[in-house]
Amino acid sequence: MAFSLHGVHVPHRKHTAGMDAVRMDAPKTVTIPMSMHIGKPATPVVKVGDMVCVGTLIAEQSGFVSAPIHSSVSGKVTKLTEILTYGGTTVPAIQIESDGLMTPDPALAPKEIGSADELIDAMRDCGLVGLGGAGFPTYVKYKVEKEKIQELVVNGAECEPYITSDSYTMEKRSEDIALALELMEKHLGIKKIIIGIESNKAKSIESMQALAAKDSNVQVKVLPAMYPQGGEKVLIYHTTGKSVPLGKLPIDVGCIVANVTSLAVLGQYVRTGMPLVEKCVTVDGAAVHEPKNVIAPIGTSMDDLFAFCGGLDSEPAKVLYGGPMMGISVPDTASPVLKTTNAVLALNKKEAALPETTPCIRCGTCTNTCPFGMAPASILKAYEKKDFEALDKLKVDLCMECGCCSYVCPASQPLTQTNRLAKAALKEYKAKEEKK
Amino acid sequence: MATLQISTSPHIHTPRTTRKIMLDVLIALAPAAIAGTIIFGLRSLLVIAACVISTVGSEYVFNLIMKRKQTIGDLSAAVTGLLLALNLPANVPVWQAVVGGIFAIIVVKCLFGGIGKNLVNPAITARVFMLVSFASCSVSAFPVADAVSTATPLVAAGAGNMPSILTLFLGTHGGAIGETCVLALLLGGIYLIVRGVITWHLPVVYVAAVFLFTFLLNGFDAANALSMVLSGGLMLGAIFMATDYVTSPSTAAGKAIFGVGAAVITVMIRFWGTYPEGTSFAILMMNILTPYIDSWTSHKLFGGAKA
Repeated sequence: MAFSLHGVHVPHRKHTAGMDAVRMDAPKTVTIPMSMHIGKPATPVVKVGDMVCVGTLIAEQSGFVSAPIHSSVSGKVTKLTEILTYGGTTVPAIQIESDGLMTPDPALAPKEIGSADELIDAMRDCGLVGLGGAGFPTYVKYKVEKEKIQELVVNGAECEPYITSDSYTMEKRSEDIALALELMEKHLGIKKIIIGIESNKAKSIESMQALAAKDSNVQVKVLPAMYPQGGEKVLIYHTTGKSVPLGKLPIDVGCIVANVTSLAVLGQYVRTGMPLVEKCVTVDGAAVHEPKNVIAPIGTSMDDLFAFCGGLDSEPAKVLYGGPMMGISVPDTASPVLKTTNAVLALNKKEAALPETTPCIRCGTCTNTCPFGMAPASILKAYEKKDFEALDKLKVDLCMECGCCSYVCPASQPLTQTNRLAKAALKEYKAKEEKK
Repeated sequence: MATLQISTSPHIHTPRTTRKIMLDVLIALAPAAIAGTIIFGLRSLLVIAACVISTVGSEYVFNLIMKRKQTIGDLSAAVTGLLLALNLPANVPVWQAVVGGIFAIIVVKCLFGGIGKNLVNPAITARVFMLVSFASCSVSAFPVADAVSTATPLVAAGAGNMPSILTLFLGTHGGAIGETCVLALLLGGIYLIVRGVITWHLPVVYVAAVFLFTFLLNGFDAANALSMVLSGGLMLGAIFMATDYVTSPSTAAGKAIFGVGAAVITVMIRFWGTYPEGTSFAILMMNILTPYIDSWTSHKLFGGAKA
């Protein structure tokens, strides 16, 4: 590798590091949205009044890019409703009242995997979506590209502040990860697997090294604790040395990236038949009384999570899905745990405070920090002028919205935020131009 | 339940702000200001006060009249004032210092839109303005007569009356308040690099290139080239003026180009120009070229995308 990509040393704030995850009691109700993935929302297959168990299919995949959804509790379907998503749209959701027993569906049984197709079907049937946060239905990328996979990059970087749920997975669920890797090697013919982990996670590294010791195709690559180490293109570059070009996918350079927790879910599904119904969620932030890693049924409300962590010490100023660098703020703490939720943070006023924006002093820190060498300050100027040609030239589409530029900007300019707007505006502009 | 804030990521921010950066620059300039006061006497403090009060005051009044948000809190006007003072001789008339300060802020900075929008460095432009406007200032700033600070290098070297390297390093010779004590300037420069306010590229390339060009043009005399590097306004300019964010390139490559360009102009003026010293003019000219340098040296984008 010629050089390391730039990034920032964000504060770690991993208060829950090394803590064992605690399984919470069944919440009274869960609200499971039909869209917890990229693609078409799943179609409900249950009606109000139906009795379901943990792992019972409640909504089926609708179309190629979609994912099935399973009940996360045992109990009764009480409502087919709609909830407001963080994106401002509404999405159908199924509300289930728990009987408190968490009875697994009796039909669930370990899976026999004898071929690549069966493995890919298993990825689909367990409802797996990219758990690193993207939420793209996992099976799709393997189904479409399985011949082209040369290297599997396993993402254990967990570079966001606060979050330790992937570390928990690596430390405590290495057997499920090993099983998933073994199946991929056997049926997809993958000969090279690199697990990338940031150097600040000694226990995770130890656990994954023990796994690698038993499998000559697997190696662990310890990476500097530098955000955004877990960004897909960044991770591929730092583990394999390959650069994914603009507008291309990892598979175009022969790589596929799997998050450690995604692998553990697949392994568990094959081992026990239990699909993706629960998540280890890091519940943290200064407003939370007792930060914990909580194993929670999907659909559990944030309110229930906070209650399980001793409640909130102060009124939260901001509540996030995910970490503070790329996480999404929610308007309402009734928001449920999603498949892709790896953390729920309740930030107090002080943590959520952002400095006031002052004029750009052209210090260049943004461009010298951007992992991809982009020029966020120039993009902001071009966007303000609605200069789409300049935006195109500045390759705003390359931006992964990691947040580094905004984080480092001494003038607190909304750089990442503007990149996001500029990407959307440029897309719209290009679509219009094509029509002409 | 109270209303939750909604915003797009990122949700945390570095503690670094413009104000803290400017404060670091003020701290880094302190050794030079103290050394200047020791070398040139208490009148130095009067000049510093005149400049800082006039720069901060004129920015305050400008914002007040124009009904703009007050910006003096970012401390950049104070930095401009201090830098200007350090570029002036201790015996400069106070009214001239005040005029210089007002010119720096009003004409060079505020009329272009305030902090971040100026094309050229306010302090350096004000220095050049004073140099061409006030003959007394120019003469006292560059005491050619005693040939210590910035006599035409060839003349000084030829006459064999350059001060010793140690004298140049400690700055106990004629010149502007803050430019003579190389030791103090280096301390400030190291502080700025350690604090991550500036990178080494621009000052090191600039100074090294001046050394090299002087060495080549002046009979391969390393000792003389070193004297040239340690004299005049080069160190103050290279460390504190050329590295001004607003008016210098953003990338390492751009900073290096700026450094080489500034060195060429500095040496040309020193050797062949009418003025004894060329640092201010060199930086001013490179300020003007900065947008072009920036566009030539933008980063290579990841994945081979062409910007």
